[in-house]
Amino acid sequence: MKFIDIVKTAIANSFRSKLRTGLTVIAIFIGAFTLTITSGIGTGVTSYIDTQVSAIGAADVLTVSKSADSTSSTTDGPAAYDPTKATTVSLGNGSRPGTTIQALTAKDLTKIEKTPGILGVDPSVRVTPDYIEYDGKGKFEIIVNATATLTKADLAAGSQLSNASTTDQILLPTTYLKNLGFTNAKAAVGQTVSIGITDYTGAQQEVKATVVGVQNETILGVGAGLNQALTDTLHAIEVTGAPAGATDSYATATAHFDVASTPAEITTIKDDLAKQGYASQTVADQIGSFQTVINVIIGVLNSFAVIALIAAGFGIINTLLMSVQERTREIGLMKAMGMNGGRVYTLFSTEAVFIGFLGSALGALAAVGVGSLVSNILANGVFSALPGLQVVQFAPSSIAIIIGVVMLIAFLAGTLPARAAARQNPIDALRYE
Amino acid sequence: MSVPVLSAQNIGKSYGSGANRFDALKGVSLDIQAGESVAIVGKSGSGKSTLMHLLALLDDPDSGTLLVEGTDARKLRGKEVNRLRNQDFGFVFQQFFLTANATVLDNVVLPLKIAGVPPRERKARGMAALEQLELADKAKNKAINLSGGQKQRAVIARALVNNPKVIFADEPTGNLDTATGAVVEDILFALNKDKGITLIIVTHDIELAARCDRQIFIRDGLEDTTESGAPRKRHAGAHAGAHA
Repeated sequence: MKFIDIVKTAIANSFRSKLRTGLTVIAIFIGAFTLTITSGIGTGVTSYIDTQVSAIGAADVLTVSKSADSTSSTTDGPAAYDPTKATTVSLGNGSRPGTTIQALTAKDLTKIEKTPGILGVDPSVRVTPDYIEYDGKGKFEIIVNATATLTKADLAAGSQLSNASTTDQILLPTTYLKNLGFTNAKAAVGQTVSIGITDYTGAQQEVKATVVGVQNETILGVGAGLNQALTDTLHAIEVTGAPAGATDSYATATAHFDVASTPAEITTIKDDLAKQGYASQTVADQIGSFQTVINVIIGVLNSFAVIALIAAGFGIINTLLMSVQERTREIGLMKAMGMNGGRVYTLFSTEAVFIGFLGSALGALAAVGVGSLVSNILANGVFSALPGLQVVQFAPSSIAIIIGVVMLIAFLAGTLPARAAARQNPIDALRYE
Repeated sequence: MSVPVLSAQNIGKSYGSGANRFDALKGVSLDIQAGESVAIVGKSGSGKSTLMHLLALLDDPDSGTLLVEGTDARKLRGKEVNRLRNQDFGFVFQQFFLTANATVLDNVVLPLKIAGVPPRERKARGMAALEQLELADKAKNKAINLSGGQKQRAVIARALVNNPKVIFADEPTGNLDTATGAVVEDILFALNKDKGITLIIVTHDIELAARCDRQIFIRDGLEDTTESGAPRKRHAGAHAGAHA
C-alpha cells in the first residue's frame, strides 16, 4: 500500500465514527487551545516588553549597589558599628516599602572605578522636582522616570534624550500633553517648559528645559525623562545650602564598561565587584529578571495545558482501541489480502496522528481567532493607556511547534492500538463475529 | 506431469495445548493442479476450513509440508507470502467481509490499493471487474445497500480484480437463497472454465460440491477416502435436510 493511500484511508477511517472521533478531537482541541493561548500571551507580553525597552540603549552600563548581605546576616545578628560606613538610604519608588540598602560613598565610587574593566562611574542621583509648567498654562505635578537615561524610549514624536548634550532636555510622556496645553505630540517638540524645584533651604527655583521628544507610556517607568545635563542642574539646585557631606551618599551608581565586552568579560567584572561587596546588574539583567517572572507564569499555564493534552492522549488510545476492536474483521481481511503488519501499524498510527492534527489545528485556529479578538478589545479598553500592548500575539513558529507536539503525543498514544491491530492474526480476525 | 499449484503433504494443525489440545487437522495430503475446480467438503468442525486456511497461506501447518508451485511455503519470506496472497490468490467469503460504509468500487479495489497500484489504474481495473459481474451501475453505491447476491458478486469482483491464479471460496453460497446462490455458482464455474482460474471451494453443500471436478471429503481432521470421488445420493439428501 502506498503511503498516500495509507494517509487517505486513515483519514477516511477516522471520519467513519464521527461522534467518537469528534469527542476525542474536542479533548485535544481544549489542550491545544489552552497551549496556544498561553504561548500567545507569552509572545505578546514578551514582545511588548521588548518594544518598551527596545534596543536597550545602554548596553555598556552596570547598575552598582552595595550587596545586601554586607550589612548584616540573619544568623550572626547585627554587625559591629563602623563609623566610616555610610548610613543606609531608602530606595526609590518601585521597591518594597521601607526597604533600605547600604549607601555608596565617594570611597566606594573610587573603589568601583578602580575595578578592572570599569571605564567610569557616576553616582545615580534622584531629583524630585515640584511641578512642570508650559507657557503659563498652569502648574502640574511631575514624576521623573529614573531609568530614562538607561533605555531608549518608544517615541511618539521628536528624538531621544542626549546625555552628551549640555542643554537641559526633557522627554514628556503622551499623557502629559493635554494638561500642559499641547495640542499634539508634534506641537510639543522643541518647546520650552519650566520645572520648579525646591532647594535644601526650602526656597523654590525654576529651571527651563527643552522638550526633545514625546514618548508613549511605558511599563518600566512612568513619567518624564530627563537627560544627564538637566538631572545635574536640578540636583545642583536641590543640594544648594546643604551642609558639607550631607548628600555624599547614593543608593546606586552607574558604572560604564567597554561596549565591546563579551558576556564572559562582563561576568568577570561583575564577579570582581561582587568580591568587593558590590552587587551589579546590566540593564539586560534587570529586564531578564522581569522576563523570568513572566516566563515562570507562562510555564505554569503551559504545564496545565500539557496535562490536558496527556489526558487527551488517553482519549486517543481509547478511541483507537475501540476502532481496532470494531475493525477486527477488516484488518483480518486486509492482512489476508497481503497487507503486512507494518502497513497496518502505519495505518492506525496515521489515524492517531490525523486526529491529533485535527484537534490541534482547530484548537490553534480557534485560539488565534479568540485571542486576537480579545486582545483587540482589551487594547482598546482596559489597556488603552498602554499603547502598543497586544496581550495575545501569535508566532507562526510556536503554533507549528504546538501542532507538532500534539501530533507527536497522538502518535505515541496511537502506538498501543496500532500494535494491537498489526498483531492481529488474519484467521482469528476473520472468524471474529 | 506438471507441478501442482498447491501440494499438501501430510499437513496437520492443532490448537491449544495440553488437555485442551485440539487436533483440527491430523494429516491430509492433496495436490491441486492448475485450472482444476476442487471442493473441500465436510461438516462444521471437520477441519475443512482449517485446511483451506493452510492452503491459502493464512496459517502455518504444525506438521507436514505445503508446496506452492513446488516451493516449500516455509521457505517463503513474509514479503513473498504477502505477494502471493495479494496477487495470486483471491478470496470469497460466506460473510462477504465488505466494508459497509465504503462504496462498492472502493471495496473491490482494496487488493489493488494494498498492492500499491496507482488510483487511475485501480479505478479502471475495478470497473472492469464490476462490469464482468454486471455490477458497474452499483459502483458508487455503498456496500451496505446491496442485496445479498449483489454483495457476493462484489466480493467475487474483489477476488478477481488482481487476476488471481487461485480463488478460495469459503461457503460462497451459504448466505444466499437458492436462486441467487445458483447465479453465484454459475459465475464461479464460468471463471474456472473460461479463464482457467483454479477454484477451491469449501462447502457442506453436496450439490455445489458435485459441480466441481473433484471432491475431497474431510471428517474429523482426516480425508475420508471412502467418500471422496463422486458424491452419493444419500449424502445429498442428508445435507439438504440439514441445510433447510
